[in-house]
Amino acid sequence: MNLPENLRYAESHEWVALDGNKGRVGITDHAQSELSDVVYVELPEVGSKVDAGQAIAVVESVKAASDIYAPVSGTVVEVNTALEGDPALINTDAFGEGWLFVLEVDNVDDVQNMKSAAEYQAQIEG
Amino acid sequence: MPVQYSGIIDEHHAVRNALGLFDISHMGEVFISGPEAGAWLNRLLTNNVDKLAVGQCHYTFMLNGQGGVIDDLIVYRLTATDYLLVVNASKIEEDFAWMQKHAQEGVNLDNRSDAYAGLAIQGPNATAFYHKFFGGVAIPERNGVATVERDGVSYFVARTGYTGEDGFELFFNADAAPATWQALLDEGAEFGIKPCGLGARDTLRLEMCYPLNGSDLSPERSPLEAGMGFFVDLQKEDFIGRDVLAAQKAEGVKVRLVPFRMTGKTPPPRSHYPVVAGGEVVAETASGSLSPSLGVGIGMVYLPAAVAKAGETVEIDIRGRRFPAVIEKKPLYRKA
Repeated sequence: MNLPENLRYAESHEWVALDGNKGRVGITDHAQSELSDVVYVELPEVGSKVDAGQAIAVVESVKAASDIYAPVSGTVVEVNTALEGDPALINTDAFGEGWLFVLEVDNVDDVQNMKSAAEYQAQIEG
Repeated sequence: MPVQYSGIIDEHHAVRNALGLFDISHMGEVFISGPEAGAWLNRLLTNNVDKLAVGQCHYTFMLNGQGGVIDDLIVYRLTATDYLLVVNASKIEEDFAWMQKHAQEGVNLDNRSDAYAGLAIQGPNATAFYHKFFGGVAIPERNGVATVERDGVSYFVARTGYTGEDGFELFFNADAAPATWQALLDEGAEFGIKPCGLGARDTLRLEMCYPLNGSDLSPERSPLEAGMGFFVDLQKEDFIGRDVLAAQKAEGVKVRLVPFRMTGKTPPPRSHYPVVAGGEVVAETASGSLSPSLGVGIGMVYLPAAVAKAGETVEIDIRGRRFPAVIEKKPLYRKA
């Protein structure tokens, strides 16, 4: 299972790539493989203030609709509009082209306090 | 049966374009036999088993006294006085209890669901594969059933399915299931066979508008409301639920199950989404999914008769947003 070391992970299977106070968010390779065949993505509004743990996006596979949670509190500053035309990018490149949105995070420590790759690996193997 | 193996869309296309293998061992097998078996089945079920020659089968309904659906099933006529009923997994206990409640002299009821396995082989390559697998033995005609042997195992083979593709289903001793599954996969490789799960089973049947009990059929809905009058023989003198159905037929049904198709790109519809017509919520979806063959959302819904017509437009409420859909004719998918 592909798990980049430089990312932080949420128990609810989102990843965050921190750059300054901007956190790019997607779902993990493990999550996309469980969902399979992503066919529709509903993204948050740019500019919206979100709280950690708030359901702010929906990823739909043929099988089910799954809520995506804000891993930390912040403001949505960018969304991946490429997913509207090609939602399967989440399946083919979960940690890259399949990113969902960018948060300007309220507190970068919140991101540092998320799981490491090893901790997340232990969770999904547990 | 798992939800998926290689992925729902991949499995779906395998069945539409080549061959798929489904483990349907969860389904129930009930054997009915005896001199009165046919007459008894005709009082229990909506279709007329007298229409079946030995070696034929048909789709039928078992109704409650209010004309609602307890289960939909296939009746296979094995001999003049022996029948096999294949029923839904979740209804085995309820179905068999209902049969026992209506049991009578001269009719033997035998629930063999635990002892029997079922495998469905579906797709355009099914007939060619059958001839290879069973060494040139003739495949039954559509809706036919026969017995065939291979490696000392006896199979009921039926030319039936739940996908809209050519195919056959095997019912046989569960002890032989693992070896049969593996042999089908090994020998089917050159025909493009893929193991398929519940997810693809649902998308395939929904494109054909085959109802799923528990979603599209319920004890509160009759087969006439479900648009399945073809499988109800009101010419029969009596069967459980007949009075209610005869009245519905005379007066016209008030609601009807119809297929719909989303207009344009929308989230996939799913069951229990509100359906809006004329600005009012008039129903909720019975079934819904993305159609892998059509690339759009599809589903079925019980609508008031006035709007339950092909070409009518409705809206499906998905998480508070309304998306347009058009009522279609059955089936939603037709082979090119």
